Amino acid sequence: MDKTLRRWAPLFVVPALICFIIAFLVPMIMGLVLSFFKFSTVTDGVFVGWSNYKRIFTDMDFISSLWMNVRFTIVTVFTINIFAFFLALLLTRGVKGTNVYRTIFFMPNLIGGIVLGWIWLLIINGILLPKGVTIISDPKYGFWGLVALANWQNIGYMMVIYIAGIQTINRDLIEAAQIDGANSWIRLKSVILPSVMPAITICTFLTLTSGFKIFDQNLALTAGNPARKTEMLALNIYNTFYTRTNFEGVGQAKAVLFTILVAVIALTQLAATRQKEVEA
Amino acid sequence: MSIRTRTNYLHIAISILLALLAILFVAPILIVFMNSFKSKLFISSEPFAFPTAETFTGYANYVEGAKKINFFKAFGYSLFITTFSVAAVVATTSMLAWYITRVKSLFTTFIYYLLVFSMIVPFQMVMFTMSKIANMLHLDNPVGVIVLYVGFGAGLGSFMFSGFIKTIPLSLEEAALIDGATPPQTFFQVVLPMLKPTAITIAILNAMWIWNDYLLPYLTIGTEYKTIPVAIQYLRGGYGAVDMGAMMAMLVLAMLPIIIFYLFTQRYIIEGVVAGAVKG
Repeated sequence: MDKTLRRWAPLFVVPALICFIIAFLVPMIMGLVLSFFKFSTVTDGVFVGWSNYKRIFTDMDFISSLWMNVRFTIVTVFTINIFAFFLALLLTRGVKGTNVYRTIFFMPNLIGGIVLGWIWLLIINGILLPKGVTIISDPKYGFWGLVALANWQNIGYMMVIYIAGIQTINRDLIEAAQIDGANSWIRLKSVILPSVMPAITICTFLTLTSGFKIFDQNLALTAGNPARKTEMLALNIYNTFYTRTNFEGVGQAKAVLFTILVAVIALTQLAATRQKEVEA
Repeated sequence: MSIRTRTNYLHIAISILLALLAILFVAPILIVFMNSFKSKLFISSEPFAFPTAETFTGYANYVEGAKKINFFKAFGYSLFITTFSVAAVVATTSMLAWYITRVKSLFTTFIYYLLVFSMIVPFQMVMFTMSKIANMLHLDNPVGVIVLYVGFGAGLGSFMFSGFIKTIPLSLEEAALIDGATPPQTFFQVVLPMLKPTAITIAILNAMWIWNDYLLPYLTIGTEYKTIPVAIQYLRGGYGAVDMGAMMAMLVLAMLPIIIFYLFTQRYIIEGVVAGAVKG
């Protein structure tokens, strides 16, 4: 079979591979190389060694966007997962209308980041109206606005993963625990939580990476205002490329560091999942 | 109190809590909807008030907004790009995945890991070089963008198809080949029908991503062909002056098709998203 198939490689491999090379592979390699160059279009590069990377660490806006992003990600990973898990517990108790609620809670996840940003701009500014300020009056409003937005968008998504996890638990196990006199807290701690560990790993990873990769919502809700204080990494890199002149190399170097950060998180997750599978 | 009445009371309490949360979840969408019928002056001054005789403007915001950003054209571009990109991703990645799963060589193993790696890399890493290359290769039009989406969708698509193909017994394909079927016949008549559930999952995940995507179409075709997210962000204008009336109306028009589509297909969407998260 192997041999007959090999002759058909052009048909099966080429279409997807060509697109992959054009859209991803070549831009990726060029991007990596250009992070050591000074350039404004991709063909006029001058080699500058590590200089782009050195300039990143004197760029206070970048450091501040990294700090903002770390805080945002920590807060959203906790809030989204706790709310989502709580909702999943409520929706797996056989209450009437469970499907309708599941449909409603998941809905915001289908709305695109730009639209989400504008929806929450209206809401947050509405809430701040009695104080006579707007979302760009103070970075903390933008921060918590983005946290609220991310929660609204992702709670339903994580919830359906937790529901799937809880539903794999054998009902007999829960009933047996009940008969043995285990109260709801003990049932949660010793029956439900251990069984949904894989779901917790998946959701933690998803919220971690999406927390760092957030862009559209950031652009539409605050655009980094006031004074770039609510700018997160992806938006900072974008602004370095497209709103500052002669900073393309620095932007590309930042993008390389950003990629390493996201890759390290993903690989840690992969290692953690592998280890669990071995144990189980 | 017997266990049954206790369970009943608990169910009532949970139902009330869920109903309140459901209202909280739908509220942002309803508030936008309500404001889309108010004159723009009153949207920022009383965003949470129902339209009154004084503030109600009928569908004026819709007319104004649709004219300003050419909404129906944007809708057409979004629909065209999403439909054909999703079809192309499913077709090309299922073929690629079959080949790299069935033919074991250094080349296919290398391609597989490269595709998996591409799923981790954030868009900011390649956005600058990719958009320059797309420009040079004249891919900066709605048809060319499909090539880019196939390239970026190749990772997840091939990875998920490959995961499923590994579970299909080889004997079926070998029997078809021994009976004289060519590899393309074997693929389209024997393998592809079995891939249907995975194909639906991949189609859903890609449709959600491409329909809502902002940065890729903005950077490559944004000046000439505006998709819905690009058109909406364009309402912001140069100096932050936003016509909130037109904005509210356009947000409603942007969300409406997705929500209607979702209400009819929610079971598939939720199942697809869970499958994607667990396997991806």
